[in-house]
Order: sequence, then C-alpha cells, then structure tokens
Amino acid sequence: MTSERYVFPHKHLLGIEPLSPQDITAILDQARAFEEVCERPSIKIVPALRKKLVVNLFFENSTRTRNSFEIAEKRLSAEIINFDADTSSLNKGETLIDTAMNLEAMHPDLIVMRHSAPGAHALLSRHMKASIVNAGDGAHEHPTQALLDAYTLRKHFGSLEGLRVAIVGDIRNSRVVRSNLWLLTRMGAKVTLVGPPTLVPQEMAATWPGIKISHDFDAVIPEQDAIMMLRAQFERGTGAYIPGQGEYSRFFQLNPARMKQAKKDVVVLHPGPINRGLEITSDVADGPNNLILDQVTNGVPVRMAVLYLLSHPHGEQVP
Amino acid sequence: MPEAQGPCPMDPGQMDATLRRLAADLVTRLRPEEEVVLLGIRSRGLPLAERLATHLRAATGAAVPVGALDITLYRDDLTEMVGSPIVRPTEIPFTLKERTVVLVDDVLYTGRTVRAALDALLDHGRPRRVMLLVLADRSGRELPIQADLAGLRVEVPPGHRVAVRLKEIDGEDGVTVEAC
Repeated sequence: MTSERYVFPHKHLLGIEPLSPQDITAILDQARAFEEVCERPSIKIVPALRKKLVVNLFFENSTRTRNSFEIAEKRLSAEIINFDADTSSLNKGETLIDTAMNLEAMHPDLIVMRHSAPGAHALLSRHMKASIVNAGDGAHEHPTQALLDAYTLRKHFGSLEGLRVAIVGDIRNSRVVRSNLWLLTRMGAKVTLVGPPTLVPQEMAATWPGIKISHDFDAVIPEQDAIMMLRAQFERGTGAYIPGQGEYSRFFQLNPARMKQAKKDVVVLHPGPINRGLEITSDVADGPNNLILDQVTNGVPVRMAVLYLLSHPHGEQVP
Repeated sequence: MPEAQGPCPMDPGQMDATLRRLAADLVTRLRPEEEVVLLGIRSRGLPLAERLATHLRAATGAAVPVGALDITLYRDDLTEMVGSPIVRPTEIPFTLKERTVVLVDDVLYTGRTVRAALDALLDHGRPRRVMLLVLADRSGRELPIQADLAGLRVEVPPGHRVAVRLKEIDGEDGVTVEAC
C-alpha cells in the first residue's frame, strides 16, 4: 500500500498566522474528503483517529464550537474527554500549567482548548507533548472559524483569490476577524473592515497592509462579493465603544435596504450566535443570500481535517 | 520467476486484451438477476473500473455504475504513519443495498488494501455479495484474501514491486516488475 502523503509542517494549530498558503490549501482540500464522510446517507464515522485520545479543554463558555469539535472527533472515532472549567480544579486555585501537566500525565494525543487569555495556547504548547488546537484565545485568534469561513467561500466561489470581502461590526473585540485577516489576505482576497471608528483599530492596517478600513458601510457595500457580519459582543464590552444599539444598527446593520445596494449574488456570512435585529435583520439572516448554516455544516469537516493532519507524527516541525 | 527489471509482463495491447477478457469473465460469473456495480479503489483502481464498465456495456448493452473508493481512513497502519496520507473523496452516488459489488484494484499484494476496502464499503451499505477483480495478482499475501478475477498472476520476490501504469494517471499503459 503506497499513497501520496502530505507532511503538515506544524505540530499545533495555534492560529492562522503561522500557516502558509500551502498549509491552508492542504487543510481545505482535505476537508473536502471529510465533507463526503459527513454527507453519507449511511455511516458517517471513519476509523481515522481510533486509539487517539482528544481532550476538549474549555476555560470559556462555548456551545457551537465545542459541539462542532466534538462531532468532528466522534466522526473520526477518537476517544474524547471533556474538561469543563466550571467543574474543574481551576475553581480550587490550580494554575493553567498545573492543569496542563495533570492532563499530560494521562498522555492525550490532541488538546482542543478555548481560553480567554491571548497566547494561552502558545504557553501550553511549550509544556505538552500533545498537539494543541486553538478553539479561541481571547480576542487573538480562532483559526478553525476562519478555516470554515474560507472553506464556505471557496466552495461557493471556487477560489479566494481576488474575492472582495467586507467584515463588518465589532472588529476590536473579535478573534474571528484576526484569524480571517491572516487567512484572507494570505489567500489573495481583498478585505475591507467596516465599523465605527471606536470599534476598528486603525493600527490593523499596519499589521495587514493592503486591507481597507471604512466607517461608511453604505459606501462599500456595492463592490463586495461577500459580507461577513460580526456579532456585537456586548458581553465583551462593545457597549462601552458606541453611543447605543439603535445608532449602531442605523449605520452598521445588514438589512433589506442595504442588501438592495449590494450585488445581487452577494453572500452573507456570520460566525454566530446572531443578535437578530441588532447587527443583522432576520429577513437577511434567513434570506436567499445567506450561507450562515452552511458555515455551521462546514465546520465539522474542516475540524476533522485539522485533527487528521495534526494526528500524525510529522518529523521536522515548526510551531 | 520474472527478472527484476522485466521482461515486461504486460504491454498496452496486452492490457487492453486483458481488460476485455476480465469483463467477459465477469459476465459469465453473474447470475441474470444480479445488479452489478463497480467500485474502483483509488487511485489506479478507478480508471480500471471505468474501462471495465465500457467493456461490460459493449458486451451486455447495460450501463454499469462506477464508484470510487478511497481506503486511506481505513488503513490498519494509519495512526503510525509519518505524514498524513492525502484523503480523496469516496464517490458512491448509488445504493449498494442488494447489489453485487465488484471491487477493482491494480495489484493484489498483502491483501491489506482489500481488507480496508471491505470495511470502507460496508460503511456505505450492505451489498448482496462482493467480488474482487485485479489486474495483477502477485505473491506475498498477509491476510486470507483472494481475487475472484485476475488479469495476471505473478510470483514476485520480496523487495520487488509490480508497477502498473495507466494512461489516465501515468500517460501510458503497462505493467512491469521493478526492484524497490
């Protein structure tokens, strides 16, 4: 049995920033094969990660990301341990490193982690033999969300090269946006960040040269191929940056009037959960241009691809 | 026993004749009520299955569905491999229920690919029976698996491989025995 192999040159998925366009393409191509598994009318489970132990380590609440990872792990036949911060020793004062060392002692193969501190995963990766997958670290990165967004866009348009994408809303507090900026710019898409000046840090243009920043949603809508709406994250303090929800909606809500200015075949994305009536109206969120539930569906094969590529010994590795 | 670098066990003309003969042999093995489908094991089993379907259609007048089976995720050595074998989609756009499935591959050697293929296809449905057709059946079995139909049976010493080349993938047709 011989077959073509791809040595994914990373032990961990800490973010999109360390990935090359070839790495990103490899994940998206591999996800296509796992999509077939997820769409089977019969058994949607393959034995690819049999005998591998995956720990889902969530220090922050998450429903959809965690469910999506867990479904991906189950479809790969992995053994799964769920570790909830709420019920853990963290409440008894244990440090992150101690928690990690205790897990390490049980020899997990992969750790899927969400943590509120940017860089928590990078810290952990220096103490663990297991491969670490970042499922969100503060406002830093959420790489699998950006990968599933890219998969959804690539499936719809065929390629990301030259695609015009507006990312709209609470840019400041969003980890989704940072991962998407690394990914979309690296793959040749043309990105415009849209939001009130208080929610779009100007210095982002220095980190991602070539992106556009606009505070006038109406002015940039007509040229977009895709509009990615972000959730106004009031639980993360969005409210402190804007005069009020009514005013925010007046200028930055995606509603039928704004959809009329957009290209007829524009697609609408949203990482969820949606604040209906705030950043997007229900008729747009449920309308013919939306790919929002496609994003959710695609999350599973994309995460299967990531877990699959990280589950093999890699030889020479970079983080 | 063939020598390491030849003689060439099959040239393009012989390959075409062999596939026609295999298609004809397959027809004689089927009962009239059997509904047959071909599943080509990626990668070289797939073009072989497509060519066989063409010959079957010419012989019987009936179109035979062809699917593609990728066995990567079912390999028994998958988790120990360095690097990730590239997984390509399995494509079975028809039911396997109550069908006679003919698995098609280029070379039968250890039998491990076929073991993985049986697991993979059973996840897609429960066929009435499964047959195995290969272009070349070589020595070196590690599992109790045999081919129902083989274009060529050849004794090959360890350290050698039977290399099948196909126009669709390699630009030319041919079978050779080579030192690894």
